[in-house]
Parts: sequence; structure tokens; C-alpha cells
Amino acid sequence: MEQNVQEELWSVTIDGNEIKVKPGTTVLQAARMIGENVPPAMCYYSKLEGSGGKCRTCLVKVSQGSTKDPRPMPKLVASCRTTVMDGMVVQNTTSPEVKEARAGVVEFLLLNHPLDCPICDQAGECHLQDLGYEHGKQKTRYEFKRRTFERIDIGPYIQLHMTRCILCYRCVFTCDQITNERVHGILNRGDAAEISTYIEKAIDNDFSGNVIDVCPVGALTDKTFRFKSRVWFTKPVQASCNCGKCSGKVTLWYKGEEVIRVTARKDQWGEVESFICNTCRFERKKTSDWTIEGPTHVDNKSVISANHYELKYDQPVIPQKTSLHADHPSFKEDKKLLN
Amino acid sequence: MGVKILTEHIGTPGLETLAVYKSKGGYASVEKAIKTMQPDEVTEEVKKSGLRGRGGAGFPTGMKWSFIDKKSGKPRHLVCNADESEPGTFKDRYLMSKNPHILIEGMITASYALGANLSYIYVRGELMYVVNILQKAIDEAREAGYIGKNILGSGYDLELHVTCGAGAYICGEETALIESLEGKRGNPRIKPPFPAIAGVWGNPTVVNNVESIAAVPWIVNKGGDEYAKIGVGKSTGTKLISASGHINKPGVYEIELGITVEDFIYSEEYCGGIWKNRKLKAVVAGGSSVPVLPANLILNTVNGDKRLMTYESLADGGFASGTMLGSGGFIVFDETASIVHNLWNFERFYHHESCGQCSPCREGTGWMEKILHKFIEGHANMEDIDLLAEIGKKIEGNTICPLGDAAAWPVASAIKHFRHEFEWYVTHKEEASRPGAYYKGEKLVLA
Amino acid sequence: MSDSSKISVQFSPEAQALVQKYIAKFPEGKQKSAVIACLHLAQAEFGWLKPEVMDYVASLLNIKPIEVYEVATFYSQYYTKEVGKYVIEVCHTGPCWLRGADELITYFEKKLGIKKGETTADGMFTLKGVECLAACGSAPMFQCGMNYYENMDEAKVDAFINDCRAENKISRPYPIMK
Repeated sequence: MEQNVQEELWSVTIDGNEIKVKPGTTVLQAARMIGENVPPAMCYYSKLEGSGGKCRTCLVKVSQGSTKDPRPMPKLVASCRTTVMDGMVVQNTTSPEVKEARAGVVEFLLLNHPLDCPICDQAGECHLQDLGYEHGKQKTRYEFKRRTFERIDIGPYIQLHMTRCILCYRCVFTCDQITNERVHGILNRGDAAEISTYIEKAIDNDFSGNVIDVCPVGALTDKTFRFKSRVWFTKPVQASCNCGKCSGKVTLWYKGEEVIRVTARKDQWGEVESFICNTCRFERKKTSDWTIEGPTHVDNKSVISANHYELKYDQPVIPQKTSLHADHPSFKEDKKLLN
Repeated sequence: MGVKILTEHIGTPGLETLAVYKSKGGYASVEKAIKTMQPDEVTEEVKKSGLRGRGGAGFPTGMKWSFIDKKSGKPRHLVCNADESEPGTFKDRYLMSKNPHILIEGMITASYALGANLSYIYVRGELMYVVNILQKAIDEAREAGYIGKNILGSGYDLELHVTCGAGAYICGEETALIESLEGKRGNPRIKPPFPAIAGVWGNPTVVNNVESIAAVPWIVNKGGDEYAKIGVGKSTGTKLISASGHINKPGVYEIELGITVEDFIYSEEYCGGIWKNRKLKAVVAGGSSVPVLPANLILNTVNGDKRLMTYESLADGGFASGTMLGSGGFIVFDETASIVHNLWNFERFYHHESCGQCSPCREGTGWMEKILHKFIEGHANMEDIDLLAEIGKKIEGNTICPLGDAAAWPVASAIKHFRHEFEWYVTHKEEASRPGAYYKGEKLVLA
Repeated sequence: MSDSSKISVQFSPEAQALVQKYIAKFPEGKQKSAVIACLHLAQAEFGWLKPEVMDYVASLLNIKPIEVYEVATFYSQYYTKEVGKYVIEVCHTGPCWLRGADELITYFEKKLGIKKGETTADGMFTLKGVECLAACGSAPMFQCGMNYYENMDEAKVDAFINDCRAENKISRPYPIMK
């Protein structure tokens, strides 16, 4: 009898690593459980229902559908939206086809991206930078004028650089699912699609600031942090407070003695652990507002943990805006630091 | 003259009225199905008929019906895809405007088979006049007791409505259509789940093309076996072919599947040959998305067999030397037509119509269009040909919906079969960019 | 939800009745489905989709204004900028192009003294190039309002423009679902 009470587990093998997971688990989730060879995800966000499937960076090859039906799937599939079957065999980095397709997706995502990392507040914690570094090619073959948009303020706290947006839809899902009134959305279509409020409107509610944390790139940034510091000059610290609106569990980003930014705590996949309110994010910027819990764990691959950028350079090299390409020397230097 | 199933009575004055339509045997399938058949028996007849989805994919209609989830207890819906937008395809518009009741009849009979009590016909917004023709037909059918509560005293209820889009090719993709029907942007959904499990408002839904549904009355009346006798092999029945481009008689023709391509192009019954006494250069046989084939390959397969108007024969040779029947949008190019210029035109279309949801299609379609524009403006170089082919490959198979494939296939096939023409645009930049210039063998001609 | 007290526009009684008819096509609570038809109606009533018109449609359907903006900017038939009274939409996709769509556009440009994408100074005509209208067999062609004008030549274009100017042929140019 006890056997029957236990939940059935299905076996899935990803790049040779086998794991048993609950039915309904996606390939990406299974890969994250294994912890190795995890497909990159630019649009999927486990805390946002309906997210994923759009960016196509997490494409994998299903070389065996299941034990029952071992046929391979005819096309590469988005691992974030494909649930495992018992006996499924998946290839991620072991498939040349996947690598090739992913490099293609990276090229597409960077086609219209301004690569203005030297002046972007997201640099150093940007998922597109990581993606480009890990899966992209050195040069773009795109020779046409890039799509640009005006930079706009959506409310007092958030700035939208639509030019940097990769249309992951995460911010739209966030406003739909954790705030009571969504006022921004995806307008227009095709490569003219953009995040916008249409008529100038502030995204104004207690949880709106979370769009900054879910944005994988520098499209939605914290105005109170704008140009305050490169992230690798700051020190993240775990802190909490008794907040009536949210969990109050945050990361404080110090520069010297000053708290220059407050964000939600993020897990190893870059997702927030719990969404936080705007009061915590934008208004509690004194150490005395918080109970400090200790330093934030920073992955040793992260540029933030390097934190000795100043030792290598006397001053940051800011290239001309017209030559901001992936193959620009300054871009590569930035990237070296990530290694 | 072959059998006419869909267009037989077109031309009869007043066919758009219920009275005239009924006088031609209309609504007999509703009577027969509802009074004498179980829903699954109707599905069985459609399965036997071998009818394949006429919107382009060619998936067996009866099988699609049998996938609908009847166990969940949720309401079920039949949605007619009348979002006809594939360049080269105009058969559904013709059929709906000339013979609206055949679609209404098909919708009722098919809804009965699926156990759907609320069904919709989704018509592209540009065809608002067709929407209003269908609305009239629905009103008449309701008046006559074919729609509404307790149809023909059977206890079966059906509400049937016509609704409209507002200009988006992507809404021809069934999940984008469902989104649009729900009043949203036409972003295709990520599958699974398929509509048969979770379609409109999360309910089990079947989406069928106009022509597929319009074939149902005949199949129910005469039997699936009878339908399967028409045609060749797995290409059963008749198909509406939209013929356009450089031919003497553009228009919609109902053919029995299995006639030769040559007959279709050259016989007086159909296209009536190439216009202006010119020669055939190429054909796009199934709507703009399918591979373009040069004259020799569209008329004959590589094995030297005459190519037939069937799903199988047109696909003979795969994408190396074959194409697809698709939606039956048959676009003919005479010897003066520029494949490169036409391809730019097509890619402009796909660029314009990409929903923008997934990155390969959003970014790739525009990129291909821009590169093709370089060719016709006289700025392209040889590397651009391979780059173009490679971008297509990076899009194909990697997108949420088939629009990416639809944009990539014409590029791949044009480069495969007409590479010399792309090269000509590179080596003859100045001439190529002159207005009215076109490529003909090695020499420049000014039209 | 929109604050209806701030909304300055209103449909005619006939149009309001049509809105109810559209909503009735869908199950209770699924009135959002009617947004596409309602926006067509709004264009027929007001010419183009000003933000306040879209807010009004949102209030009629009890949905968020952003949900209307998202739809209005997705579909190519909606005009989010002011257009002329008669919008001439010439199909310029492949099959029409093979049979003279470019020449048809050029002729319109010459006759109306505007370029594709522009509106005449008197606000009468807007000329647009649009993608496939499913009339490839009667190319070249264009759409204006509810009507398709097919197998066009210069004489037919002349007659059409005269009809519009005389306003004896097309009284209500924008198509709506009846």
C-alpha cells in the first residue's frame, strides 16, 4: 500500500545525466535540478505563470521521446515549456544542432540590441551579456541600421530603455500576476513590437518595481540607482525588515557606507526569491531601516565577486557609441572579467 | 469536367438564399446526421472519406476531430478558420461569398459530430462584406430551425456565430486565431496543449478551414467511401485551387485531385496557359510559403513522371526537387518574372506579418527582407546569397509557429533553384537596379 | 477598469445596439472577445482610434485600457493615426505585384498627388500599400471600406475617384459587422 501512496517519478536523461522527477516537471526544471548543462533562459521565469517559450534560447534536442515511444521529436523544443516523459533523453550542449541553433538565437537577440553595456546599469548582471558570452559568436553579420526607441520614464522610479528590450514579456506577466492593475503591455507587432503604456502613464502601484528585477536586460532599470555605480563596485548584503506589504527580505547594495540600491533576493538562476514592495525597494535606503543578515553569496564566476575592476584600469574605457559592436575591444575586455 | 462538390451550384441565381440553396439539396446532411446518425458515426464517415485539411497542412480532418477531448465535461467548440490570408489563396472568399450556406451547413453537421454547442466562423476583417453575407445565411438557418435550441426536435442545441479579425496573417495559425477570437493579440500559443484539449477559453476546440468544413455535407450525404473514390491515393476528393499570376484565366477552380499540373496550367478548362504567349518560368503551387519550383520541376518530377495535383506528387522529391500542395494557392510566373524581386516581396510580407513573439522570426524575417532589398537595389554581394540561406536555416524549425518556416522555405528554394539569378543581381548591379529590369537567362531585358 | 466619467466620446445609439449584439455572441464573462469588432465599429464612428476612443471601448467591455491598446496596435486594419475619409488600400503582395500592383499604386499617386502612406491635403484620401487581401485572381486590386475593387485599370481608378468625390457611391466607407 505504501508504494501506491508514493508519488510516481519519471526518469529523464539530459546530456548523459539521469534524474528522477515528478510528472509535469519541465526539461529545464529537470536540468536545473541536475545543475549541470542547464539551458539558458531569457524569457522563462518559474514564478510567472505562462512565461517562457518565446526567446528560444533554451532549445534542446529530444533524441528519445519516452520509453514507451522512443521516437525523437522532429524539431528542437523549448525546454522551458516541454514537460518530461518517463525515459526521455535530451541533448543540450552535447548536440551540435542545439549549439548551432542557440548561436543563431543569440545573433537574432543581439541584432537590434544597442550593446551599450559600458553605459548600461544592468552590465555585470545582464543575462544577455552572459548569454552572448557563453553561446554567441564574436561578430554580428548584421549591417543595417538598428531599431531604436526613445528612452522614457514610466513613473518616478522606473526607466524604460526599449532599445535594449528583448521582448521576453516577463514584465507584462509580472504586472498581470502580482499587481492589481496592469497599465503597460506589448504594443505593435513583429520587430516594431515594444513595451509601452501607449499614452504616457506611470506604472504606479506598490509592486511595480519588480519589473526591474525580472527584466533580463537593461530595459527596465531603477531610476534611483541610475549611474550611481557599476554593480561590480558595490557590495551586496542580505537584509530584512518587518514589512506589512511584502516579505521584507531583500538585498542591499552598498557603495561604501551608503545603500545605493535595494533589490529582491535572487537565486542562482537569477530569479527573485520573493517579490518585494516599492517601499522596501525605493524608500528604505538607510542601514537603520534594516536588520542585516550577512553578505550575499555571489557566484565566483560573477563580475560582482571579482570586484577589483579598479586594479586593472585607471579609468573605464568608454568607446564611441557608433562602434559599440560585440567585437569591439572594450566589450571583450568587459567579458574577460566575467571569466 | 470533373466532379464538383463545392462549386456545383455556383452561378445559380439566389444561391446565397436558403430557399434556393435548399432547392439544390441543401441542409440534407443536417437532417441526415441529426436524425439518423450518432455523432461518432459522422466523424467515422469523414475519416473514411480521407478528407485532408484544406487550409494548407493537409492533416486528416476526421482524425483531427477524433482528438477532441470529449471526457473533460467542458463545453466544446468548432471554429472555422476563414482567415484566408496566404498570398496566392482566395478560394475561401470565393466559396463563402458565392455559396455561404454550404459553409453554414457544414458547420452545423460538423458541430454535431464534435458535440459542440457553440461554434464560430472567424473571418479575416478585410472580408467584412463576407462576414455580413454569412450573418444573413446564419439568420436564415436559425429561422429555419437548423441553428438554436433542440434542432429538428433532436435535443441537440447549437449556437453558431460569425466573428471577424482585423488584419493579421498570423491569425490563420489556429492558436493565434483562438487568441484573436478571445479578443487578444494574435500571438500563437506554445503547444502543447493543442486546441483539441485546450482551445477557445481553455475548452476543447477543433479549428478547420472553410473548404474542409464545406466538404462535410457531401461526405455525410453520399458517404465517406464515395468521397474517397474521387482523387488519387491519399489525396481524395476535390480541391479548390486559386490560380493567379501570369496566366490567361486567373480564378478559383475546383479540381479532382490527380489531374496533371500541365493540364491545370495549359488546358482551357483551367488556367488557359501562360499569358501574352510567354513561356512558363516557375510556379509556387501551394501559397507563398511553399517552395518555388522552376518550370521543368513543376511539370515533371526528377524521375520524369508527370507531376500531379496531389499532396504526394507535388511533394515528390522532398524539398530538394519538390514542393507542397499547401492551401492550393497556385501562383504562376512567366519568363519575364524576377524570382529575386518576388522573393523580396514575399519576405516583406512575412516581415510585416510576424507577430514578434519569438526572436528568430521577429528578427530574422526583417533581416532577410533587408538583404533581399540589397539585391534589387544593386548593392548585394555574393556572400549575401549564403547569408540569406543561413538566416533561413536558423529560423526554420526554431520558432513557436510555422510562420518562421513559411518565411524560410521560399528563400531556401529560390536560392536552390535560381541561384544563378541571385548571382546575376550581384554581377549586374547597375542594370538590376533599373526600374522595370528583369533577368532572363544572361541578358537584361527592359519591360 | 476605465473611469467612465472621464470619457468624452460616445457611440451612436445604433452602434451601441451593435456592441450589445457583438457581446451576446460570446459566453458571459467573455465579452473581451468583442473588442475586435468593437474597434472596427469605433473606426466607423470616429474615423480612427484616438486614445479616448479606445478607453471608451475598454469601458464598454469592462476591460483594461491597455488590453485595448495591445489589440489596436497589433492588427493592421486599425488606424491609430488620423486617416483620410477614403482609405485606399492597394494590395502589393506577390500575386498582385505580378499583375501590376506597383503600377496601380503609381497611378493613384499621380492622380491624388500624394505618395503611398500619405493623405491628401483636403483629408479625402489616404493611400496605403497593404498585404494580401485574398483577391489574387483579380489583380491588381484595392480595398476601400467594405468594398473590393478588382481587375483595376486606369479608367476604373478614374471612375472610382470621381465617385468618391461625388459621394454618390460610398456613403459610409468603413466596414462594420452587422
